[in-house]
Amino acid sequence: MKLIKFLIAGIIFGIVMAKSEAISWFRIQEMFRFQAFHMYGIIGVAVVLGVIGVYLIKKFKLRDISGNPIVFYPKDKSIIRYLIGGSIFGMGWALSGACPGPMVVNIGYGYLSMVIVFAFAVVGTYLYGVIRNHLPH
Amino acid sequence: MIQMSEFFTQSWPWWFSGLIISSIMFLLLFFGQSFGFSSNLRTICAAAGAGKTVGFFNFNWKSQMWNIVFLTGAIMGGFISGTVLKNDNPVEISEATKQDLAELGFSEPKGMQPEELFSLESAFGLKSFILLALGGLMVGFGSRYAGGCTSGHAISGLSDLQWPSLIAVIGFFAGGLIMTHLLFPIIF
Repeated sequence: MKLIKFLIAGIIFGIVMAKSEAISWFRIQEMFRFQAFHMYGIIGVAVVLGVIGVYLIKKFKLRDISGNPIVFYPKDKSIIRYLIGGSIFGMGWALSGACPGPMVVNIGYGYLSMVIVFAFAVVGTYLYGVIRNHLPH
Repeated sequence: MIQMSEFFTQSWPWWFSGLIISSIMFLLLFFGQSFGFSSNLRTICAAAGAGKTVGFFNFNWKSQMWNIVFLTGAIMGGFISGTVLKNDNPVEISEATKQDLAELGFSEPKGMQPEELFSLESAFGLKSFILLALGGLMVGFGSRYAGGCTSGHAISGLSDLQWPSLIAVIGFFAGGLIMTHLLFPIIF
């Protein structure tokens, strides 16, 4: 099974998000109130190590397990979509205390009410698909 | 061995979490994919047949199966954390946050999530249901409008020093601060 490695990666992701309390609504509130370093530490360490690693991948032109070069696609140039879309996302993140990954980790953890949040996140993505041609990008 | 089992059941430090999250990102790159969780929401719409009527969902969603498998793993990881690796201590947030939230009517943490919103009893009350639905709606809409969520922009995008991702992350925080500091006192 080619897909089993993604299952294992997902399991590790779920465990570490739950065990470091990054799936907690309280932790997200603490972050947006600047009252602890915890969430900034998690994201900060991930980004610093990420920057170093991506630099090394590019410098040494590393390849993936199939032998293809690892490439990074530049995202579309725009300000408005990132700022408006990002702000809408941020409001939902603070209100529900979870971004998409932590939503499903919470469901597994036993917070079944997160099914409501996740289901409406799917609906939100659908709505975006329906009206996207009328939105500034 | 006692120390080892204690490590697994107590909550894990931020630096360890950050280390593993960046490792997951690199693992996915070496598997020929990239770390971005909210794409799954689009894939689910496409798999449910939304591509027949809405062009945005008309793509080869089966090529995204690896990410749905990753999502399934994340649910399983959550389950393992909520059972065998569970500790019964409530989330250890700062006193200042507890005080701020008490003023809004939230009781002290008893687990990961506030009972007032997420206990099944509350979640199916009208107010909490609307708030949870609205929160999910904004996350789903906003992440696709912005072209990614915390994993795609804040982790993957910033690691590649992409300006669009920095703008998106600024947006995430602007929205989060507006919700927390301006709207929470009205809502709760």
